[in-house]
Amino acid sequence: MRDAFLEALLDTDRLAAQRVLESARQPAGLGHALDSLMMPALERIGALWESGELALSQVYMSGRICEDLIDALMPDKGGNGACSEPRVAIGVLEDRHALGKRIVLSVLRAGGIPVRDYGAGLSVEELVERTRADGVRILLVSTLMLRSALRVKDLVAALRAAGLAVKVVAGGAPFVLDRRLAEEVGADAVGYGASDAVAIARRLLGGEQ
Amino acid sequence: MSPTVTSMERVLTTLGHREPDRVPLFLLLSLHGARELGLPLREYFRSARHVVEGQSRLRARYGHDCYCALFYAAIEMEAWGGETRFFEDGPPNAEAPIVTHAGQIAGLEPPRVADCARLRQVLDAISGLHERAAGEVPVIGVAVSPYSLPVMQLGFDRYLDWQIEEPEAIERLWRINQEFCVEWANAQLQAGATAICYFDPLASPTITPPEVYRGAGWRIAQLTLARIAGPTATHLASGRCLPVIDLLAQTGTAAIGVSALEDLSEVKRACAGRIAVIGNLNGIEMRRWTPAEAEAAVKEAIAKAAPGGGFILSDNHGEIPWQVSGDTLMAVSEAVRQWGEYPLPWRDGK
Repeated sequence: MRDAFLEALLDTDRLAAQRVLESARQPAGLGHALDSLMMPALERIGALWESGELALSQVYMSGRICEDLIDALMPDKGGNGACSEPRVAIGVLEDRHALGKRIVLSVLRAGGIPVRDYGAGLSVEELVERTRADGVRILLVSTLMLRSALRVKDLVAALRAAGLAVKVVAGGAPFVLDRRLAEEVGADAVGYGASDAVAIARRLLGGEQ
Repeated sequence: MSPTVTSMERVLTTLGHREPDRVPLFLLLSLHGARELGLPLREYFRSARHVVEGQSRLRARYGHDCYCALFYAAIEMEAWGGETRFFEDGPPNAEAPIVTHAGQIAGLEPPRVADCARLRQVLDAISGLHERAAGEVPVIGVAVSPYSLPVMQLGFDRYLDWQIEEPEAIERLWRINQEFCVEWANAQLQAGATAICYFDPLASPTITPPEVYRGAGWRIAQLTLARIAGPTATHLASGRCLPVIDLLAQTGTAAIGVSALEDLSEVKRACAGRIAVIGNLNGIEMRRWTPAEAEAAVKEAIAKAAPGGGFILSDNHGEIPWQVSGDTLMAVSEAVRQWGEYPLPWRDGK
């Protein structure tokens, strides 16, 4: 069944994916189907992208289909995290390109982690303010250009100066190309692909999730 | 090394898959010209004269084998009515997409190069660089491919969604983008560019599955490159290329810019005799290379890809980040002179 779901996602076949998911939910419920079918499929797809065997467009479309399925079958599962604890948020620092953020968002929702979406083109100040206002515990920061990746260092400093104990998770192309960059900017964790997101979030949340 | 060999001869020889006097070096330093002139990036890109002077000084300093006429990729979006956001220490970025619903595409017409003052400035810079080059240095123009431009026109996620949900609108967008791309590339060639870098990150299997690329981006590249009246090199902007090398070779492109994520030996083997390889120094890591690390990276790239010609040493993205220091650039330049002289006797331990 896992292979069939994976294949449906890679074929961008929404109906086939829904059929497989419906079959899987019958014996053990939808929550179990998401954990045993959807999450492993998205993690596998993310891992295949990281190793160069799949394209980013396939990762993105798979995430979109999974989001649609969650919305259709379990409308209260994902949401925008507005009323949910624990508080996890994601945003794109400075850049306009929001594709990576969107993919990570899909994977986290499939993993049952409610996420606030702060959008793209954000300044350090905006991210600090929103983190403070929402009491965010984990802030995932997506970047595209080296310049914005280096600005994560300013973001971390500003969050610490504001006395916020939020954990910062960095991601984006510059971090993939330079494996020492995350440490340099002081991120608490780094994701090299969307498949890392759920494991990182669960680890940083510890017993809260 | 013969002192009479010009950069142009060096590059043409390697593009012919023969060994010139030494490995050619393309330092693509579009932003660094501003630092040379002590100008903020926004101010620097306001004048073609700045770019001509900045690029000339950079070449005088580092002795690389081309003039890079790229201002920044988002400048094409200004021709389409988009806006650009400038930063003090990084590439200018396209602001919000110009198309937000598919119906807009029906009314979209390709901008005319002559009507866009910003594009005319680029042409003026190319003319100026062409004059300074005096036929001895290639001047590289840049055009974003019709297949990749929609990322800036629509936003990446909308573009991927609409390829499935709005295929007719996307087909039309590709067609009008092709008209613009051909006119823009040919205007640059007419202004004095030696070759056009066909910037096509979406051709990379990192972004698009090869079978999807074959059905759209590859077809578009074949049609577009056939109408560009000069040589082209395709750049995948850090994306992988190995699974699509055969397809790229059939587009008529003369060279490809390759990723630091792929093994250069493997890429060279796949390209040998068909397409030249441009790359693949890691521009992101380069920021904190010591001179010894720069030398080692240059030496490794040369050892893997230079034998037999068909290789130009460059970065992996098509633009070296602002944060890379002059000392590192100098170390790269010196390493090419030390280790890049053919027939590369050190490779055989001689």
